[in-house]
Formats: sequence, C-alpha cells, structure tokens
Amino acid sequence: MSAAHPSIGDIIVHKEFPPITRHRLALYCGASGDHNPIHVDLDFAKQAGFPDVFSHGMLVMGYLGQALTDAVAPSRIRSFSTRFAAITQLGARLTCEGTVTELIEQDGEKCAKLALTTKDQNGEIKLAGEAIIAL
Amino acid sequence: MVDQSAVGRAFTPVTARVEPGRLRFFLDTLGERNPVYRDDKAAPVPPTYLFCLEMMDATEPFEFLNALDIDLARVLHGEQRFDYHAPVVVGDTVTFKPRVTSVTDKKGGAMTLIVVETAVTNQNGVHVADTSRTIVVRNARPS
Repeated sequence: MSAAHPSIGDIIVHKEFPPITRHRLALYCGASGDHNPIHVDLDFAKQAGFPDVFSHGMLVMGYLGQALTDAVAPSRIRSFSTRFAAITQLGARLTCEGTVTELIEQDGEKCAKLALTTKDQNGEIKLAGEAIIAL
Repeated sequence: MVDQSAVGRAFTPVTARVEPGRLRFFLDTLGERNPVYRDDKAAPVPPTYLFCLEMMDATEPFEFLNALDIDLARVLHGEQRFDYHAPVVVGDTVTFKPRVTSVTDKKGGAMTLIVVETAVTNQNGVHVADTSRTIVVRNARPS
C-alpha cells in the first residue's frame, strides 16, 4: 500500500487527534478568522438552542486535511470536499481515514478518488467527504 | 426567509495576503507538524486555509448573512468543497469573489440550504481555486 501507487480499497489516510477542548476552539476562532460566537461563547450557544459550544466544522475539516496531507503532498490534491454530517462536541476524539475508491483520469492526469471520513470515539460519522489526488 | 431572489447575488470581494505568522498560528492550533508547511518562503497553504483567509481579511466576515438577513445563531455549515487549480503559497495575495449559486428549501421550509461559490485568483490574475460552501439555515417556526 502506498500513496504513489494505490489500489482500490487501500486505506492511505489514517490519523487520530486529541480530544476537542474549549481552549482549542478559542485558538481556532482566532487562528481561522471564524469568530462565530457559537463555538466559544456558552451564553450565545445556549441562546441559539444548543446545550454547549461545539466545534467549528472547519476545524474538523482542517484535521481531515492534515490527515490527508500526511499521506499526499498538498500540491497533488485536486479537490477536497466534505459534508458535515453531525455536530462535533467537546471532548470528541476524532479519527480521520481515507480509502481509495476509484482510479481515474482527469484533465489528462492519472488520479485517485478517496472516500474520506472523520469519526468520533463512538464511531459516529462527523464528516463524510471525498478527495481527488494526482498520482 | 431567503428565497430564489438571492441566487446570483454577489458580495464584496476580499483580498488577503498569506502571511507566515498567521499561517503558523493556524498550524500550531491544529497541531500540524508536517515540515512542508513550515518553509517561510514557499510553503503551500493547508487544504482548508483558503476558507480562513477569506474570513480573516473581510471587512465584514458575515456579510452574506447580514445581506440576506440571516441570524448567525441559526446557521450551520452543511458542506464545504475546494477545487484547486494552481498552488497558493506563503507571500501570495489572493482575492475571493463570492456569490450565491443556489437556494433550496428542505423539510417543508424548516431548513434552507444556501450555496455560496467563490472564485479565488492570485496577485498575477491566475485562477487558483474555487470554493463552495453550503450553509444550513434553521428557520424559525411560523408563530
């Protein structure tokens, strides 16, 4: 199994991340420019009908992107997309995985299509996505 | 509620510079140790960083919500897509041009999905990426 010569079914992306903390959400608020208070201000989150603050979807996608570029050079990623399937709560311990689902040719380039997931410690899917990488 | 009249609406373009210090803050926050991102001269940006750049340097980061009269507290991120056409590296200056491309009601109007697509060009006019975000609006129940 290798990222350079993958076969269908190969799991070429796999990475685990430390639990989501309030501190991490505060840092991400500043580092990302996404100042939506729903992720850091408990009063605001409750007012909006949530029991607590919760992760930015883009922090979770950032982790998935990190797992992806551990396996594949950033310059080889042609597209990267996700659906945010469920809210990621405080304390979530995330595992990101990517499996080769297709070998294709796109714009004259040999590429692989990856199915990507991010799950929490209970196996609940938080993000379900896809990437096209040039081989 | 947002309706079809929003489709085609464009918002103020945002121009942002890929600054090494801000990028390091992002990398450290995600515990990113990959050395490919730590070259202050020509490091590529991480795959989701374009989303951040657009918000960081926007005069009004939630302009499209305000323009469409959407309450920030009722918004969730539904989907996100990036199509990369050319590298974006430290030192580049990129410009984002967002516009609404679709509005869809779901669950009998309980939710509205709004898609905003953004073309990204660099300082040389090269079309480096397209991004697409789908916002889920939890609509208030009619009283």
